[in-house]
Amino acid sequence: MIAPRLTAEAISLQIGDALILDAISHAFSPGKITALLGPNGAGKSSLLACLAGLRNADTGQAMLGDAPLLALDRRARARAIGFLPQVADVHWDIDVETLVGLGRFAHAQGWGMSAGDRHAIADAMLRTDVTRFAGRVVNTLSGGERARVLLARVLAGQPQWLLADEPLASLDPAHQLDVLALLRETADAGTGVILVVHDLGQALRIADEVVLLRAGHRVAAGACAEVLTVATIARAYGVTVEMGTTPDGTRFIVPATRLAALVA
Amino acid sequence: MSATRLNLLLIVGLAGAMALSLIAGKVWLPIDPFVGFGQGDDPRWLIIAELRAPRTLLAMILGAGLGLSGAAMQGFLRNPLADPGLFGVSSGASLGAVLSLYFGFAGFPLVLPAFALLGAVMTMLALALLAGRSGSLILFALAGIILSSVTGSMTALAISLAPTPFAVSEIITWLMGALTDRSWNDVWLALPLTLLGAGLIALTARALDVLTLGEPAARSMGVDLARMQWLVIVGVGLCVGAAVASAGVIGFVGLMVPHMVRRVVGGRPSATLLPSALGGALLLLLADTLVRALPTVSELRLGIAMSMLGGPFFLWLLFSLRRQLP
Repeated sequence: MIAPRLTAEAISLQIGDALILDAISHAFSPGKITALLGPNGAGKSSLLACLAGLRNADTGQAMLGDAPLLALDRRARARAIGFLPQVADVHWDIDVETLVGLGRFAHAQGWGMSAGDRHAIADAMLRTDVTRFAGRVVNTLSGGERARVLLARVLAGQPQWLLADEPLASLDPAHQLDVLALLRETADAGTGVILVVHDLGQALRIADEVVLLRAGHRVAAGACAEVLTVATIARAYGVTVEMGTTPDGTRFIVPATRLAALVA
Repeated sequence: MSATRLNLLLIVGLAGAMALSLIAGKVWLPIDPFVGFGQGDDPRWLIIAELRAPRTLLAMILGAGLGLSGAAMQGFLRNPLADPGLFGVSSGASLGAVLSLYFGFAGFPLVLPAFALLGAVMTMLALALLAGRSGSLILFALAGIILSSVTGSMTALAISLAPTPFAVSEIITWLMGALTDRSWNDVWLALPLTLLGAGLIALTARALDVLTLGEPAARSMGVDLARMQWLVIVGVGLCVGAAVASAGVIGFVGLMVPHMVRRVVGGRPSATLLPSALGGALLLLLADTLVRALPTVSELRLGIAMSMLGGPFFLWLLFSLRRQLP
């Protein structure tokens, strides 16, 4: 299954006097992992919120296929686009299976769960390796377990697009690798994945395509290897980096020095 | 224990409490007038049919409405300390009722309940306008606090400016809340309003569950927060407005019952709705039976009895929360 395209068409967003996004355009590729990169305050999370239909762009719009995202019925939009927020709120003591089941909200027909719902929930829990916690209360889990449960919630909705705001932030290295592998698997199954990422190394490792933002402008966009170069990173982040490849072929980036001249 | 078993248990408890409520009071009735049902010649039957039965039903209707409102408010605000009182609706309804007593209209039938409902409706509208279309938690809570304090101060103003000492004592007695001498008219007023309110709240059940994940996640999952806010405001407003209009201010039901229910059925908001309604009905019915049966000279006011339960409950809550802290 190939998802309809998700496109940003000249999205501009202003909050108060600050221009957060300045005419950002980009066609995101279904079945690929796209990383939104940029220094703090570049507008990554705002762009993701516009793409998820949570924010209204001041000018421009996000399009799903041929339709403006905000013109879609909210439940249809929720079925197409799964959004994993950065803040991992779980306000009540509910068990893991119930929480993952919430992901079926936009699919619900009347009361109760259908066989399809139950299958999607079981599948999402299996893929995120949280099945053994099914009966546990979410607030007793560790940060990493909780992050996987919340990801399972999004996957249970079987979205065509998965938008995640820093899904790796609270994970230890082993679970970071697990989640990266899971995202890769999700993308290979035809789901488009868009991630806000802070760590350049993780972006280099996982992303097929990269959109690099700075202060609301698109600095560069394209295939990961073309965009993440020493020169482009210096332009966006104001740092020099060392890039290399480990003996087993994994590429890495290490920040070296800060370029004082580029500090705006 | 599962939610279904708790509900069954509460229904059985309610049936028992109903029987107790019908026979208990200053005059304890033996079972035999029930046997003569429909004969109409036993004078004790009159006590049951015209005094105890409407009072019993009213206690259940109001208790259910208040318990359900509390569960819906706590789910909507994602705060276990939320209470319909926090919302400003009960103080708005009391202000309406107090004004009708202040101007001496309350002698006419149905004027006081009408004023109370009007007060509830106006507060609801003000709340919706102040909170706006955002569905934001902070704006909503802030608007509720503003409205409670404004209507509360206007009630105090009405008491201090009351034309006669008689009006003052009438207002204060009414504010304490009671189910004494209620008739079938009060039942027919409260029942449809509470049913309508409960129906609106039931529509939000699934969305309340999703809201557990926070506002951005809920919006991304297809919840219409503005619509949900309206349903909660109007639903709670109807239930609380009906309660204040027919019995005055009775606090703490909406706060205590969902807490106790949550310990049994877990935190999922939709699972707490029905047990909270049943539990509220049971709690208010038992409390009302108790104040009626106590051998005091004048009957203890139900509103005061509930507040006297509320204090120790909060104390217990504080200690149990403190134990959980590291």
